[in-house]
Parts: sequence; structure tokens; C-alpha cells
Amino acid sequence: MNKSVFLGALTVAGLMAGVAAAGTMDDVKARGKLNCGVTTGLVGFAAPDANGVWNGFDVSVCRAVAAAVLGDQNAVEFVPTTGKTRFTALASGEIDLLARNTTWTFSRDVDLKFEFIGVNYYDGQGFMVPKSLGVSSAKELDGATVCIQTGTTTELNLADFFRSNNISYEPVPIETNAEAQQQYLAGACDVYTTDASGLAATRATFEAPGDHVILPEIISKEPLGPLVRHGDSEWGDIARWTLNALIAAEEYGVTSANIEELAKGTNNPEINRLLGTEGTLGEMLGLDKEWAKRAIAANGNYGEIFAKNIGENSPVGLGRGLNAQWTNGGLLYAPPFR
Amino acid sequence: MTLLTDPPKEQFRLSMLLYDTRYRSATFQVIALLCFMLLAAWLISNTAQNLAELGKPIDFGFFGESAGYDINQRLLDYDSQDTHLRAALIGLLNTLVVAALGCATATVLGVTVGVLRLSNNWLISRLMTVYVEMFRNVPVLLWIVFIMAVMIETLPAPRAFRGDNATASMLLGDSVALTNRGVYIPEPLFSRSLGDIHLLGESSLRFNVSLDLIVVLAVLIGGVWVSQFIKRRADRIQESTGDRPTTWYLRLGVIVVPLVIVLAALGFYLGHPELKGFNFKGGTHMRNSLIALWLALSLYTAAFVAEIVRSGIMAISSGQTEAASALGLRSNRIMSLVILPQALRVIVPPLISQYLNLTKNSSLAIAVGYMDITGTLGGITMNQTGRELECVLLLMLIYLIISLSISTVMNWYNESVKLEER
Repeated sequence: MNKSVFLGALTVAGLMAGVAAAGTMDDVKARGKLNCGVTTGLVGFAAPDANGVWNGFDVSVCRAVAAAVLGDQNAVEFVPTTGKTRFTALASGEIDLLARNTTWTFSRDVDLKFEFIGVNYYDGQGFMVPKSLGVSSAKELDGATVCIQTGTTTELNLADFFRSNNISYEPVPIETNAEAQQQYLAGACDVYTTDASGLAATRATFEAPGDHVILPEIISKEPLGPLVRHGDSEWGDIARWTLNALIAAEEYGVTSANIEELAKGTNNPEINRLLGTEGTLGEMLGLDKEWAKRAIAANGNYGEIFAKNIGENSPVGLGRGLNAQWTNGGLLYAPPFR
Repeated sequence: MTLLTDPPKEQFRLSMLLYDTRYRSATFQVIALLCFMLLAAWLISNTAQNLAELGKPIDFGFFGESAGYDINQRLLDYDSQDTHLRAALIGLLNTLVVAALGCATATVLGVTVGVLRLSNNWLISRLMTVYVEMFRNVPVLLWIVFIMAVMIETLPAPRAFRGDNATASMLLGDSVALTNRGVYIPEPLFSRSLGDIHLLGESSLRFNVSLDLIVVLAVLIGGVWVSQFIKRRADRIQESTGDRPTTWYLRLGVIVVPLVIVLAALGFYLGHPELKGFNFKGGTHMRNSLIALWLALSLYTAAFVAEIVRSGIMAISSGQTEAASALGLRSNRIMSLVILPQALRVIVPPLISQYLNLTKNSSLAIAVGYMDITGTLGGITMNQTGRELECVLLLMLIYLIISLSISTVMNWYNESVKLEER
């Protein structure tokens, strides 16, 4: 007994020693690399390509932050995390930033001691079923076997949804998206449930995506966003305003194509402050003037990132919907750069 | 006048702690112990301080909060509104179930394989060698995942059982269904049930005990006891007269007849699984996660048990076998009366470690989504509450208690079979 508690304490103490170190930005600069937590593989959001290079919607956030802080969008060490391991990885200091379609909830923000730096995708939990089942509504799923990624908010939403509709189900807990896909396709579960964007991304990798439908019910609000550890506001600010810079760039029409030209100076003071030709916003963050320019130039603005990875013309094929700019009736609204 | 004086009393000096060999070792031990305690105290205070700085002091209050998640395999009633404590209890029972099933299967299989490996039949002994080498040289996690994948990919989905052109059918007179979601077998039910006893009210540790089960077990134990009594009487008669009365039908009768009467009185019948909606309903559902874990753990551990059994048997000199057969004992009597009782002394101590290994290996359950204690307390509960240290410490404590309990029982058994030395 003594020994196991001792060793446990040793491990934890080792873990905590990492946390108590200096500011995250200094650590990242000293290391020359950003440790960024991503999924173990979800096409469109974060997945390595044939050459082992990570690509995707969440990956672009990591690259933008790396470009802003280190000046090199490739100075990122991607750490694949599962729904279960992601928070421990962030809390222990193994990663500096977690960009892994993680839902912003009260308890994660307050009780788990994390800081969500914004929302990069407004999502909701949905259900996918094979067309051959003939199901048209989630309320017809009484008695169904449901594959679900363990350690996620979807697990709790699912329990609530079936309880409030007074129908039964059989949960099959699964560690990663790949396992869920295998079990779902083999018919070991009738339904796969996760965020609707994740369902679309998973379906895109099927041999016959048309044989599967995503049911109309969206049973929860899932604002997905990147997060950092609580208690290091400087680092939180850098991550937050990098994300805001990507969103604002789309609003102001700054794209990876015209950014070099706009960076020479424009008539629009907002763009000038964003790109560093006016004001000292970069210095306030502890970075240089061109931080936002590099972040945007890395993979383009929010709209370009969306279109390239998960947009309607990509295999995942998601519409902008709630994720359009506020000027187009969506929820994306970056605070002013002033 | 006497010259006898007391020997001069030696003054104790502080330097003797170091220079006097009588005290030196004790001094070093005390110093080492102090250093160890200081290190431990530093680690504990460092952990506590860092946790406090992080705003997460040690607190087990989350156990009373509602868990919010569902668990598929539950031996006690549970829903998502129950507490984290009850979720942990459900997980603990799942761990114990798979550990008990695994230990029993591994023992039976291991003993059989171990004995067969010593067989004179070339084919059988080589086949058993292949089995042992194959299973003990591949990590158990791979076996778990492999068996799970085989079940998922090769067995039919429940919907294959549906309709007129069903591609799959149930076995044994429509009572057993093998699907890729698990195996459905008939469950024992009682039409004139005596009901349950509810224990511990509405607390998180509440559980029901079936009166039917208690009655059936009582009758069974009573029958076995009477049967033992008949056996002892037959032994006495054999010792005094040399003739052994034929008692097997009596011994069988006292066990079976009362059991059948009680089962009939309770209205015993088997509830068959039936395909309703998405899944089979009724019957006992053995999920493929349970089967994969159980099979993989038993097959893997049985390979080690087989080697232990083989070493135990080979430790008995072959002269004993020859002597026993010279006395006219048949080979199965030689094994059960001469070899095994002595071999058990060699077999039992290492067997304990195998049981402990199997139990601890059951924590690999999450690989196939089996909700054991690591999956509930150390998995979802830890993830939802963010109480890593508390959950992990508790998990260690629970595994420690399980392991120590197994050791205690097995040591007690070892005492009862070991050589009585005089």
C-alpha cells in the first residue's frame, strides 16, 4: 500500500512540477516548437495525409498559433489525444494548446480549470444510421445499440436524450473514431452518435457514403473550441486573438492571396491594425508587429480554412450554417482589433 | 572479603553509534528510514501544494454527484441519474465478474493443457506445445483486440436474423443467438418467484438479493452435505469390512431430487431471447466485449498455468508412478491419488501470481469498451469530474484490495494442501 501511494504521488508530483514552470509562451519559444493536442484522426478536422503531414480545420488553428508565436507554421509537434486523454495531456503540460473539437462547457471551463479561447465551430450532436434501417427520427431508436466515443460530452447528452424521451438504448463505449467506424460498419451498432460535423467527416471516408443518413435531430449545443490551461492569461490571450484574427480577416476580406498587398498599408484602419502597419497590438501581446499577418498567411483566413478542409466542396461537405460571419447571418463575431 | 566485583559498567558514548558494530547497522537503518520519510513527506506536500495552486485540492465530494452516463453491462440496477459512487460499484462488479470467469476458465484449461502436454501421444503433446508458445508469447492486449475483431467481423448482425430470407439462424432450438453484438443465451426465470430482498435502502450501495437464488443455493448445499455424509459412511464401511457399498445413485439422488422439487415449486423456466426491434430481447446478453476479454484473458493465462502444472507434475519423481502402478492403481487413480496431491504443493504458489496477473490484466478492458472499474471510475468518471489524483489513488487501492483478497484465499488453500511436516 505504502509503496503504491508513494509511486502514485511521485508520478503526480512529477506531473505537477511541469505545470508550476514559467509562462507557456517562454516555454514554447525556448523549445522552438508548439505542442498541440489534436484528435487521433478525424478527416477534415485533424488527420495526417499520405506523407504524414497533419492537415485539417483544427490543425490550422495550431499552425496559425505557431506562425504567430514562432514565425513558422510547421514548428508544431502534433500530439494525438483521445477523448479520455486530452484533458490530462493539457493539465499536465504535455501540450500547450488543445485544438481537438472539444465542447466548451461550464464544468470544463470552471471545474476542470481550463480556459476556452473561443469557438471555432458551432456544432450539435447528431445521429448517423444506415439507410437500410428505415429510421427517419432519433425518437424511433428505442432499443437500438449506439456506438459512442467515451469521455465526451456526447456520452452525457445521449443519456439525457434517451431518458427525457423515455426510450431505451444500449451504449457501446469506444475509444477512438476509427474503432467506432469499424463497429458501425460491421453492424455491431445500429447508430453512431457524435457531433454532426464529426459524423459528416466520418461518413466522407466510407466507401458508400450515400448508404448512411444523418438524422434531423440535433440534440445538443456543442460549441467546439481550442483551449489552454487556466492561470496563464498571456498565453490564453495569444491563442484567443490568433483565432480572432483568422475570423476578423475573413470579415475584412483579408485572404492568403491578397495579404502581402494589404500589408503594405490600406485605407482601412482595422486592417492596418490587424496586419501591424498601424498601432502596437503585437507588442501588447508580447509578440512582434506581423504576428497576425503570419497567422493568416499560414493557411488563409477562417473562411479559407473552412472551405479547404470541411466546406461544401471538400469531401466532408459541411455548409457554413451557424459558422457563417455575423454579417451573413451566422454566429462568428470577432471583437474589434483596437 | 571477596574479590569478585561487577565488571566495569561501560559508559554509553554517542560515538559508539557509528564506531561500535553493535549499534552501527541500527544507526544506518534509522538514517535511511528518516531520509525515506523526508522524501515521501516532500512529495506529498509538493503534490498537495501544487494541487492547491491549481485550485484542485483533494476532494472526494464528486462521489455523491450524479454520474450522468449509462453503462451497458450492469449487474445491479443503475441509470444515468445514479451517483459516481454507484457507477464505480457497477464497474467493480464487472471487473470481479470477468476476473472470476477468467480465473476459473484459465485453471480448467491450464490444468488440462498442462497434463496433455505430458501425454505420450506425440500429436497431442505437440499441439499443446504450440498452444502454450503461441499464447504466452503474444501480448494479451493483442489477443483481446483480435478476438473482439473476429467476433465483430465474422458473426452476423441481429438484422441478419430477420425476415423470411434470414441469412442467420438461432442455435439449439431457437434458444441461443450468436451475433456480432454478443451471445444471447436463455435466462433462468421463476413464474412463482419469492421476490427480492432490498438491502441498504436507497443509498448508492443498495442491492437486491433474489430469494429464489438463496433457496436454490441452500437446497444445493444441503444436498452436497448429505452426499458427503453418505460418502463418509461408505468409507467407514469399507475400512471395517473391506466392501464398499454402491452409493453413487444415492449420492446423486440427494442432490438432484430436492433441487428438481424446489425448481418445480418455484415454477422454473428458461426465458428465450427473441428478436424485437433493433436487438434481441430477453435471455442473458453476454456482450462481445465481455466474451473477448474473458476468452483472451483465460487463453493467455491458461498457457502460463499449463506450464506451472507441467512443472508441478514433473517435480514428482517417476518412481512414484511406477510404485503406484506396481500396486495395481489405474493411471487416472495414480494421477488423482498420488501425483496431483503432491504436485499441488508446487503448483499453488505460482498459480496465485497468475490469478493476480489475470485480475490486473482485466484493466485492459477499455480496449474493447468493457466497462470495468478502470472504465468507469478510472475512465468516464475521471474524465467528467477532472479528479485524476483521487480516482487513480482509489483505483490503486481497489486493485490492491482485490489482489490481497485473492492472495489470502489462495494462501489459505495452500496451507491446506501443503506437506504436513512433523
